[in-house]
Amino acid sequence: MRKERFSARRWRITIGFFLASATILALPAKGFPQSPQPNAKEELLTLPGEVGHSGGRLVISLRAEPKTLNPLTAAETPSREVIGAMQADLVHINRATQLTEPALAKSWKISPDGLQYTLTLRQGLRFSDGHPLDADDVLFTFHVYLDENIHATQRDLLIVGGKPITARKVDAYTLLFQFAKPYGVEERLFDGLAILPRHLLEKPYQDGKLAQLGTLSTPPKEWAGLGPFRLKEYVAGQKLVLERNPYYWKTDSKGNRLPYLDELVFLFVPSADAQVLRFQSGESDLITRLGAENFSVLSRQQRGYTMADAGPGLEYNFLFFNLNDLGDKSSLDFTRKQKWFREVKFRQAVSAAVDRDAIVRLVYQGRGSALWGPVTPGNRRWVNSSIPHPPRSLERARALLKEAGFSWSVAANGESALQDSEGKPVEFSILTSSSNADRTKMATLIQDDLKQLGMHVQVVPLEFRSLLDRVTQSKEYDTCLLALASFDSDPNSDLNVWLSSGGTHFWNPSQSHPSTTWEAEIDRLMEQQLATPGYDQRKKLYDRVQEILAQNQPMIFLASPDILVGAKNSLANFRPAVLEPYVLWNVEQLYFRNGAENSSR
Amino acid sequence: MTRPRKLARWFVALVVLHCVVAGAGFFAPYDPDEQDRERPYLPPMRIHVMDAQHRLHLRPFFYPLRLREGSFDQYEQDTTSAVPLHFFIRGAAYRLLGFVPSRLHVFGASGARICLLGSDAYGRDQLSRILYGGQVSLLAGLLGAGITLFLGALIGMAAGYYGGWRDELLMRAAELFLALPWLYLLFALRAFLPLAVSPLEAFLLIVVVIGMVGWARPARLVRGVVLSVKERDFVRAARGFGASDLYLLRRHILPETASVLLTQAAILVPQFVLAEMTLSFLGLGVPEPMSSWGNLLASLQQYSVLVSYWWMYLPALAIVPFFLGYLGLASALQERTGAYKIDENSSWSPT
Repeated sequence: MRKERFSARRWRITIGFFLASATILALPAKGFPQSPQPNAKEELLTLPGEVGHSGGRLVISLRAEPKTLNPLTAAETPSREVIGAMQADLVHINRATQLTEPALAKSWKISPDGLQYTLTLRQGLRFSDGHPLDADDVLFTFHVYLDENIHATQRDLLIVGGKPITARKVDAYTLLFQFAKPYGVEERLFDGLAILPRHLLEKPYQDGKLAQLGTLSTPPKEWAGLGPFRLKEYVAGQKLVLERNPYYWKTDSKGNRLPYLDELVFLFVPSADAQVLRFQSGESDLITRLGAENFSVLSRQQRGYTMADAGPGLEYNFLFFNLNDLGDKSSLDFTRKQKWFREVKFRQAVSAAVDRDAIVRLVYQGRGSALWGPVTPGNRRWVNSSIPHPPRSLERARALLKEAGFSWSVAANGESALQDSEGKPVEFSILTSSSNADRTKMATLIQDDLKQLGMHVQVVPLEFRSLLDRVTQSKEYDTCLLALASFDSDPNSDLNVWLSSGGTHFWNPSQSHPSTTWEAEIDRLMEQQLATPGYDQRKKLYDRVQEILAQNQPMIFLASPDILVGAKNSLANFRPAVLEPYVLWNVEQLYFRNGAENSSR
Repeated sequence: MTRPRKLARWFVALVVLHCVVAGAGFFAPYDPDEQDRERPYLPPMRIHVMDAQHRLHLRPFFYPLRLREGSFDQYEQDTTSAVPLHFFIRGAAYRLLGFVPSRLHVFGASGARICLLGSDAYGRDQLSRILYGGQVSLLAGLLGAGITLFLGALIGMAAGYYGGWRDELLMRAAELFLALPWLYLLFALRAFLPLAVSPLEAFLLIVVVIGMVGWARPARLVRGVVLSVKERDFVRAARGFGASDLYLLRRHILPETASVLLTQAAILVPQFVLAEMTLSFLGLGVPEPMSSWGNLLASLQQYSVLVSYWWMYLPALAIVPFFLGYLGLASALQERTGAYKIDENSSWSPT
């Protein structure tokens, strides 16, 4: 092993010498990897951690083809995962510590009033096509993100206090960002905002073609980023191949330029089971987003790979009731149901009757945690640990229902049935996504839990797209079981869920003004924490939001699965995190212990 | 001499099998929806007469299984306490054949649950679910076959007896129905229905769809029989005496088609049971927590279940004796009618 590492380093030194001594021969000889000219002024970032060696090719499965490589328009997980390996941001959140770290900006300063951020860029950095980076690229990037015609997915995050933030260039490597109001997120705002290459995108932008750029079929030469990898090849329906970015701006503690891997291959494998088979047969080196059942199958027959439970993630599963004001569209039958759903004691009773421990045990095989609020135990910084965790109690549920005017009658089949104050039986349905076996299972468990309260519940598995359509568009449903996975631990990543005006305020989305007093209070608290600098103050406000949610139960929080991943034993520096991307967040540091074997594959 | 006896043997076997399923409440030890959340994916339990100390017990017994420490689905036998098996024991309430309330079960145990065929993801007894699931699947098959044969006989007789443009029209329609992709038809139909379909509605939907699309083949067969029978001397004679169409069809022609219809019934029932299973397997059948043979197998769509819990395949085996019985009956019927027709020098063949 030592010998291999030595030879690899010597090879790189040779290439460096070759290029330095013969700059006229700018075109590298065929088969030689490109390497940048040594640059004395290059301010590289040195990463701590195990020192590896170059080479190798890492294969990982994606659930679907990424729709785009363009950070401006990417919204779904596969796109975000690929873009994460190709782009870089000014300030980055370390996925393991959940704290911010300098990235393209080597330092930042926030003015005492919280309105001005001064960022200093690293000098001498280059895009993956060799073009140098300076403040103009950053200015261009923010200009584009804020352009309404582009419809960038991140645009909302850059509007503070109703006004877009403004960026100003101080000198070639210093930028000044001006905010209309103090912004509670502070420098975390810059995470995930990929800095775009102005030299490639300015002309298409002026021609109004920017949003169409960066499809998978883009020729690699017309696309560049600052991430550890760059586009090499795309085979439709099969795979996307990224190659090492020779200009990447991080090194290991020995000064070797990262990333170690030569190639990163994303295979498109649509089903979870097929991904497991690929991983089992050694066709892919990493597996992520595993269900507990497949995780235990893989754990049972370990051959040359290691499975890891990274602990509770940020995904929370919940059941919510249709509290929309449907007006004239509502049928008599549905108005009656909504009368129950609007009764907070009814919701509390349902929550008290749900056996969360059984959900964790039967659905996640114990690899998960029960939830009583939206913030999972995986989000250590923001979870309100004082929210009560009442154990399941049918007595309490029955008492709550009695207080709310419900009563029981003996049905024809000898079982007791719950009825409302008008004597109508309590019956409703739960929508779940048919493609998600875990959530369908949860619904079946809840169905049985509620049967013991005398509620007659039907589980309706529906194709995911039509489910979303019903929940957000036509609003024709009783209750629905869904999950959300925040991409960051910060409360602002769920702003759209808790604000009553939010599009994913599922139980009653996009309200013009909050329909209940507690929703109004959540609105006020969320907006207040948005403008409050300092973690302690914001935590207090967000704790209160969590309390109100736990009290009013617009969503009945159920459980949160652990992040379950696996990797080949030969993969080193493998450190799964509970934040997305769970396994690729340190892709630049991943390497194969037996590099030669893997690169020849 | 042997043929009627063969027929009777198959018939009795089928009656016995159906009685077991019809009396599922009595034969199943537990309520099929009852969950035991402490014991998911319980492997099939063994019944012993010899205990761990090699002592013979007169009453069969079993050792309860308990979860191995820190595992989700690994069980070990608790050999310290033998739980005796009781016969004709009182247990969960049910209604025999949907009417007679009872609590009597053919076997069971007190103190621990006995799952002879293991349990599913929710700890529900697999044997009880298979027996109750059979009620749904078999009833769907029988009712579907009933509808199909009724329609087939009606249309086949009308086409064969009246002939001419009516025959043309009905037979072209039959061809159309044969060519119909009925699975997709059902998908489409399901999309038009209201969101939450009660188990009964879902069941009737399946029965009606299966029954409606299958009539073409029996109709063609019946038409063939009618075409030949209506030219026979006794029919002509009856018509000569002034018998009406309806009388002729009822009195002389319908009895002649009986053997074809019976054979068809024996072939169609298992076919339609299989159709119900396919639909339920794809999630178009009766909803949870009700069981049918199809949705019992649905969990096998998951790779983890497929490789980890072999007893989840058992519902597939449950259909084997039924299919064997029906197909045996069909071939015995066919033999009989075939022989009868050959004796008569008939111009048609039963298939």
